[in-house]
Amino acid sequence: MNGQFLDFERPVIELERKIKDMKDFAKDKNVEISREIEALEETLKKLQKDVYSNLSPWQRVQLARHPQRPHSLDYINLMTTDFVELHGDRAFADDKAVVGGFAKLDGEPVVIIGQEKGKDTKQKLFRNFGMMHPEGYRKALRLMLLSAKFDKAIIILIDTPGAYPGIGAEERGQAEAIAKNLKEMSRIPVPIIINIVGEGASGGALGIGVGDKIFMLENSWYSVISPEGCASILWRDVSKSPQAAEALKLTAPHLLEIGVIDKIIPEPLGGAHRDYLKQAQILKEEILFALKELKGLSKEQLLEKRIEKFRKMGQFIEEI
Amino acid sequence: MEWFRKVKEGLISQKKKEIPDGLWTKCEGCGEIIYMKELEKDFWVCKSCGFHFKLKSRDYINILLDKGNLEEYDKNLTSADPLKFKDSKRYPDRVKNSKKKTGLSDAVITGIGKINRMEVSFGVMDFGFIGGSMGSVVGEKVARAIERSAERKIPLVIVSCSGGARMQEGILSLMQMAKTSALLARLSDLRIPYISVLTNPTTAGVMASYASLGDVIIAEPKALLGFAGPRVIQQTIGQKLPEGFQSSEFFLEHGFLDVIAERKDLKRIISLMLEYLS
Ligand SMILES: [Zn+2]
Repeated sequence: MNGQFLDFERPVIELERKIKDMKDFAKDKNVEISREIEALEETLKKLQKDVYSNLSPWQRVQLARHPQRPHSLDYINLMTTDFVELHGDRAFADDKAVVGGFAKLDGEPVVIIGQEKGKDTKQKLFRNFGMMHPEGYRKALRLMLLSAKFDKAIIILIDTPGAYPGIGAEERGQAEAIAKNLKEMSRIPVPIIINIVGEGASGGALGIGVGDKIFMLENSWYSVISPEGCASILWRDVSKSPQAAEALKLTAPHLLEIGVIDKIIPEPLGGAHRDYLKQAQILKEEILFALKELKGLSKEQLLEKRIEKFRKMGQFIEEI
Repeated sequence: MEWFRKVKEGLISQKKKEIPDGLWTKCEGCGEIIYMKELEKDFWVCKSCGFHFKLKSRDYINILLDKGNLEEYDKNLTSADPLKFKDSKRYPDRVKNSKKKTGLSDAVITGIGKINRMEVSFGVMDFGFIGGSMGSVVGEKVARAIERSAERKIPLVIVSCSGGARMQEGILSLMQMAKTSALLARLSDLRIPYISVLTNPTTAGVMASYASLGDVIIAEPKALLGFAGPRVIQQTIGQKLPEGFQSSEFFLEHGFLDVIAERKDLKRIISLMLEYLS
């Protein structure tokens, strides 16, 4: 990877550049090479299909971490209007790794909360790479309870390499903060829609991940542990991360199959980073559709269904 | 399907194998050589330094429940292999080995017992079974223990000892955190008490779900408690961790623990709290 695109994207991107160069050349010099360009565009289509229709779990992990991938703030900006960001947990600090506030989704007020990784180095440091501290989980819960108090639906965007493992995080009760969110989110009486838009690493993701609908972008991942963490513990070798990604079955199709998520949100060909606006529109439509469905339920039904959803999760053998 | 089992084995029988000559053992805390019979009498706590030897789930049943009696439930639950997971070993082989080694069906024993004549829904984890890790079986057994507590309107007591969620079952292990926590929300709505007891170690996925959600949280002294493992933290921050970091004492100091109880006092304190919370 050179910082702008992934190794397996290289042939596609090089061909795209070549086509663009030829078009520029044709225009500049006023020469007729449209047939050559057309042929190359055909080749490009085939190449794209070859590269993107058979991605390995590890390649999807890389796409989920793509340096150009849209992050939570991009979705908030592209999907909603009149966003008012609200800060702080009212106890310790404002965690910049998670952004939240009120906004309008198709005119309708909602609370939207997302883990934000930041794009350039400065922002990444400011956002702590999307790794939350306890005060982040507490801020998120505060906003969710506020949302419930005024009967507004909650939209969650998940994109984190994990909860932050540090001294302060432990001192301030990382485990307690996550546990409390799991407990409280199970009984917040407004619709909650969870969207895994990038990385969904472990308790750090689940800590804001309990809801009525769980959507996952096609090239995102969600797992009990990151491939690197798994590789270093079980294989004692971080270079085995691709194998760990394979073994963990952390991609959307598998999670749909075992009932952990409700829907896979398609991405534009090549991934979300190839077309921010289109991706945001696709996601927004799915969220609006789900909200409409959930609004038909009474509060009791909503909570009953939410608990049932998680109660059923698990696979075991019951010997007679 | 209900399973009934009386736990009869004395503590000494659990420990015998680990001692070279069967009579004496070396304290991991201070290095003192201690007479086994003495140690057993002291609840496996070193008299010189207070080190709490690691216990098996059955030992806690003996220490905490009247007559060491547990009417065990759901012993017939055993793990599937949802990911067909294989690292250096196939996951089913790992489970089989753990079953053989521990005589347990998975990393938690659950059932109904009495603590000073008060009936409780009881669960106790065992670190010997794949590091006390929580996969679907642990999550389901804990979930049913919570439901049993709700149905019978009896308090819930869970003794935790776990390195976290079980990697080999992938995302479903993670989901057990949400499942157990959601059921605890319901139990709490019913105003049925839940006492969480933390033993060495309780970390990660278990600590970040039911272990942290007790109405009262009690820990044994000097247990390792926390979310992230100390090694991961050290690697991340690139500096040495302070003395006593992530210990029970650290947890209490930072406000995440109600009581640190020595093992000999554990039953009395749980029993008193159950009385106060009834
Ligand atoms: Zn000692």
